[in-house]
Formats: sequence, C-alpha cells, structure tokens
Amino acid sequence: MSAASNAPEVKNLADLFAVAYQIEADAVDRYNLLADQMETHNNLELVAVFRDLSRAEAIHRDEIRRLAGNVDVVAHARRMAKWSRGESPEEASLADAHYLMTPWHALQLALAGEQRALAFFKSIVETTNDAEIKKAADELVEEEAEHVNLVHRLLRKYPRPADTWSSDPDPPISQE
Amino acid sequence: MSVVDMRLARKPADYKSDIKPVWCPGCGDYHVLLSFTRAFAELGVPPENIVVVSGIGCSSRIPAYTNCYGFHGVHGRSLALAAGLKVMRPELKVVVASGDGDGYSIGGNHFLHACRRNIDMTYVVMDNHIYGMTKGQPSPTTEPEFDTALSPGGTGLRPFHPLVIALASGANFVARCFSGEPNETASILVEAINHPGFSFIEILSPCVTFRPDEREWKNLVHPASVATTNDPAKAARRLMTDDGFNTGILYRGERKPYQPPVGRPQVDVSELERDFEL
Repeated sequence: MSAASNAPEVKNLADLFAVAYQIEADAVDRYNLLADQMETHNNLELVAVFRDLSRAEAIHRDEIRRLAGNVDVVAHARRMAKWSRGESPEEASLADAHYLMTPWHALQLALAGEQRALAFFKSIVETTNDAEIKKAADELVEEEAEHVNLVHRLLRKYPRPADTWSSDPDPPISQE
Repeated sequence: MSVVDMRLARKPADYKSDIKPVWCPGCGDYHVLLSFTRAFAELGVPPENIVVVSGIGCSSRIPAYTNCYGFHGVHGRSLALAAGLKVMRPELKVVVASGDGDGYSIGGNHFLHACRRNIDMTYVVMDNHIYGMTKGQPSPTTEPEFDTALSPGGTGLRPFHPLVIALASGANFVARCFSGEPNETASILVEAINHPGFSFIEILSPCVTFRPDEREWKNLVHPASVATTNDPAKAARRLMTDDGFNTGILYRGERKPYQPPVGRPQVDVSELERDFEL
C-alpha cells in the first residue's frame, strides 16, 4: 500500500513511524536552510520565523521518535522513507523563496507543507487494510490537522503584505 | 542492508560543507546542491574520493558547498582541469559543475572535445539561459527574443542545443533534469556517475532574479515519454524534436571510455621548474 505513486510504501507500523519521522526531519532541515538563506540576505525577521518553524518541527520529529518506542526510526527511515519524485510532503518549497519575503509568505509555505502532510496521512488511512496502521495514521492525521490550524492562527498575527512587498529601491539588475 | 549498517551508512549531510551558499533565495542551484549530496550519499563513496570541479559563475560555486575535494577553476576550463585529474587519478569520482555561460560559451570548445574523448566523468550544467553572476547578459541558450536593456530587441540568435551537441560529439550518457525535482535528479546523477565514459546532464535550474519567468518551468517540465535508447540516431531524432522540457535519461551509449595507462611521470618536476628559474 502506498499513499501516492512516488511515496515510500507503508507496509507495517515501523514503516509508518519511519515515514512520519522522515517527514518531520526533512521539514526541520528545510526550515533551517531557508533561515540560512535569509541570514545571508539580511532578512532577519524571516530568520527568526524559519528558525521557530524548524524548532516546532523538531519537537514533532522527536515526539514521533518517542511514539515509535523500540523501533529505530532513524535507521529505518534512511532505508525506506524516500520519495522517488518531488520531495517529502512538509519540505517547504525552495523555489518559492524570495529575499524580500515576509512572515506571511513563510507561513504560506508552512501551511502548504502541513496540508500536504495531512493529505498524505489521510490517504494512508483511506487505503490501508491494516487496523494497526489505520489507528496510528488516524492519530497522525489529527496531529497534522492541529498543525494546519496552528498555522492559520499564526497567520492572524501576520496579515497579507501589500502587493509592493517585493519592491526593492536598489534592485539586483544594476546594469539596466 | 541491516539496521546497524544503515546507521553507519553515509547521509547527504556528510557531503555538505559548513559554508552557507550565497545564491539568491529561490535559485534552482540550491536544489542541485541537494541532489549532489543525496546522490553522493546513495553512492556511498567517501567524500575524499569525490572531486567536484567547476569554472566560474553562480553554479560554479558548488564545490565550496560540498565536503568533497573541489577545484574552483578559471572561466570555461573546468573540463580541461577535470580531464587531467581523472586521467591521472582514475580511482576518483570526478563530477564537473558548470553553467550555460561557463560551459557552452567560454568553455564551449572544451565541451565538444570532452564529449569526443569520453573520459569517465560526469558533467553537470545548471542551465538558466542567462549569465546570472554578471547580472543578466544573454547566454548561448537564451531565447532569441529575450528583450532587455542588455539585449535590445533580443539577440535574434539561434540558441545552442546542448544535448544534441553532446550526443553528436560523442557523450556516452545524455540526460536532462529539472532542479525542482531533486530526488529524480539525484538518482540520474547516480546513474551518470556509475555509467562508464563521459556523462552529460543538463539541469534546468531557474534564475529567479534575472529570469523570473523561469519560475514557470516547474509547470512545463515532464518526464520523457520514451524509454532510454542506446541508439544515437534514434536519440538524435528525439532530441532534435523535443520541447526542451523532457526530463530523464535520454541516451545511454556503449563507447569504451578513454583512459591512457597511468605510469610514472616521464619528466621530473624539478626539470620543469629549471626552465622557470630567474
């Protein structure tokens, strides 16, 4: 059973925990990478936002590791939690980054990631015939739904910026 | 592989250096770096047995961002450097990184002859159809109608077709990838590095600063609908008629790589130095 043709195959509970762990671990790395980019480009407000998002995902990652009990999810994930195309669901899109992006944009990336993860675990619930996997995936669906709500709540703090957000008085095209 | 082996196996982070890239946020080259480290981890080759060689340009900064040996060479000459290295140290995995300006214009002639020689190395060109580092001049792959202050009315020049030229010049492996698909790119890199001879991979890698229109590439790329061929004539027909957005391994040849016997140097270095003594 697999949730999507490019996703790792979840055949047992260990696979499910490994995939869930990898999704969160990838999200941690991705937010740190985006924070590094913003640091290089001196967008310090975004550095803080991406580091916070990374810390939040690290808490989720460690929680999954705890839930997995005796399963060595780190090693198991490295063996099987691989996406053949695209990236793992919560990896924020690097292509959508911009050096003048705002917290609203960062949270839009986070929201899209949480929604992809929610859809991924929902598809496992809908397609598995294994009661144990279904029960655990259901819990992960609830978790992800709560993360989606959390991002929505955070977005209330950061309204959509004006359309001029990317205007730069000293733009990079200096030779025109 | 056992769970214990997996814990000991190399991971992508093992191939990443501590130096933070200075590319623009949104640049496709970030994804290419991810593909490199994922491919190297998949190969399991120790970082010290991989050499990443580059020329000049945004893409050519990549050796510094890996934990492998690197050589950031002069503009357009990365293939010449890499050829010398691979011939003398055939046990190393040599990956050459370039961009469309560095690789097809300044280094265009080296490209032809590297394909022809078919030395066992992998050439990755991050193609964004623009000179990004020097702020937006047209490159050999820029569309003829690309109209900016630096190319008023467009260049009017026919773009270079790197894959066809690679094939016609003798490259033994020809592929096209999209930077936004780092996992697919990583697996093609693994195949290219493992394939004997000169492997050429063009990676469409958007420049979001000088070509913001290239953000649309993610909606245009698609996996090639035909299987890989080892028939150069068939590959040539496909490449000449494709839309430039087919991804995958498009040609996998069977030519024997060029590798002269490696022996002791015939000239002592001190003899060479003598000629330069003041």
